[in-house]
Amino acid sequence: MSTRIESLRDALVAQFGDKIRATLALGELTVEVAAEDYHDISLALRDHADTPFEQLIDLCGVDYSTHTSRSEGLRYAVVVHLMSVAANLRLRLRTFAADDGFPVVASVNDVWPAANWFEREAFDLFGILFAGHGDLRRLLTDYGFVGHPFRKDFPISGHVEMRYDPDTKRVIYQPVTIAPREVTPRVVREENYGDVGHG
Amino acid sequence: MAEIRNYTMNFGPQHPAAHGVLRLVLELDGEVVQRADPHIGLLHRATEKLAETRTWVQSVPYMDRLDYVSMMCNEHAYCMAIEKLLNLDVPERAQYIRVMFDEITRILNHLLWLGAHALDVGAMTVFLYAFREREDLMDAYEAVSGARMHAAYYRPGGVYRDLPDTMPQYQANKFKNADAIKRLNENRSGSMLDFLQDFTDRFPRYVDEYETLLTDNRIWKQRLVDIGIVTPERAKALGFTGPMLRGSGIAWDLRKKQPYEVYDRMEFDIPVGTNGDSYDRYLVRIEEMRQSNRIVRQCIDWLRKNPGPVISDNHKVAPPSREAMKGNMEELIHHFKLFTEGIHVPSGECYAAVEHPKGEFGIYAMSDGANKPYRLKIRAPGFAHLAAMDEMSRGHMISDVVAIIGTMDVVFGEIDR
Repeated sequence: MSTRIESLRDALVAQFGDKIRATLALGELTVEVAAEDYHDISLALRDHADTPFEQLIDLCGVDYSTHTSRSEGLRYAVVVHLMSVAANLRLRLRTFAADDGFPVVASVNDVWPAANWFEREAFDLFGILFAGHGDLRRLLTDYGFVGHPFRKDFPISGHVEMRYDPDTKRVIYQPVTIAPREVTPRVVREENYGDVGHG
Repeated sequence: MAEIRNYTMNFGPQHPAAHGVLRLVLELDGEVVQRADPHIGLLHRATEKLAETRTWVQSVPYMDRLDYVSMMCNEHAYCMAIEKLLNLDVPERAQYIRVMFDEITRILNHLLWLGAHALDVGAMTVFLYAFREREDLMDAYEAVSGARMHAAYYRPGGVYRDLPDTMPQYQANKFKNADAIKRLNENRSGSMLDFLQDFTDRFPRYVDEYETLLTDNRIWKQRLVDIGIVTPERAKALGFTGPMLRGSGIAWDLRKKQPYEVYDRMEFDIPVGTNGDSYDRYLVRIEEMRQSNRIVRQCIDWLRKNPGPVISDNHKVAPPSREAMKGNMEELIHHFKLFTEGIHVPSGECYAAVEHPKGEFGIYAMSDGANKPYRLKIRAPGFAHLAAMDEMSRGHMISDVVAIIGTMDVVFGEIDR
């Protein structure tokens, strides 16, 4: 299995050259491409002669703004998981949206029809726009929702809460009244923390 | 001549055939569906965002609540993702227990699907039959984890505890006399494996019963044959997995193609459909139940012969035993650190997928070295299936929409996440 994934990496590097940055970790191949090459490479991967990635398994947005080691670069990425049923291989494709203030990535809805809802979800939750999608509506959040909740600067308790107001006799939205509380703090330990011989 | 207009009809979210909270906006020409626009998200709980604020282990019970009819399979994918990032080995016995419960879960899921699907299409009896068998399997869930549904039984590094030696018994009550209680407790007198073995002996006959009611039933066939046909090419393009893909004739099963745990040692077959219609998907799932029964049986035989640990002895990941914790300072520290701070997962990312009863259930986990995930993406099979609702129902009648929702086996816990 691992040798097959290595030969896939070599084949992709030979084909696309410096347009892609391929990394192999934990037996999984990750290919990073620039936003402008993203659509062309997607199409080439789908119609690849030896390893056609005919299935889009998953597409999701990622917000890198608070990542301990990758927060320096661009903020929003789109991560696509592809699978080749014919060759029994998986591939991860990542591309960063060029502008943090107005993240736009080309839509791959015309390459894999399965991308439709996944892109709507990524737009809804991260505010990443998919150029050429055609039906980029919100998917998971409420009708009339404001903001993109999975961005790292969106609080876990949200901005508004909904309740029934007995005075006006209808459901109203109001600013949240609960304060977010963190029971277990997020900690990143140094390498080999707590191992034998480390003190 | 009267003017003919298209109608827009709202279906759900409280419609009983909407399987939870699906809101479907149907554009109709007479009774023929022109466009179906599912509105989802009514059950959105932001599990992925919540997981970012919880330690890795704290999110295990959230996984149960995704697809709440196949609880342990969700946990399985999540635990596999953590184990992959940690490069952690799971004891062999735990792997067999996981495979066994994955297959029990598959039977549980398919039974509920079968009952609900038949009920939608108009056959009441199957639902009652299916729930009779679900009861036994949920008792197995309860015996092993203490909860009938939301088990939180799989943990990173193995399973929470070994299989129990006794099954819970029925108690005498005013509705049943002593003889009836004794009969009910007959197959519960031994260990859990005895109880499950008795179940696997009985179960193929039960499946025959469902098939007697449905397979050659004229109404059932009229409602399912040639409804929602998906060609193999479209099924792949639309991201179908699991029985939806196999129903279209593609022999793709992660348990065979990318085996995890001990599936490579199991003997079972992959059923495949030919026409890609709802009836084929029904037949595929029925056969899957029989195959799952075979796998459960093989696991029981192995588990009887091979005792051993069921969770990793790496106490940075799995808690030490209670006795060790009470008598050993180091174990006490391990226990304290594990339950206050949690597991530290090395920086990196991975995708782990299992053959969930509904399709490929995947967890894309990204860690930046902290005790909490940086990003967790749940790849729910039903999400991709429901996205194809428009394409599958176009040109069908309204009543077929119900059959198509049924054949997709949608559960909103996983679709809305």
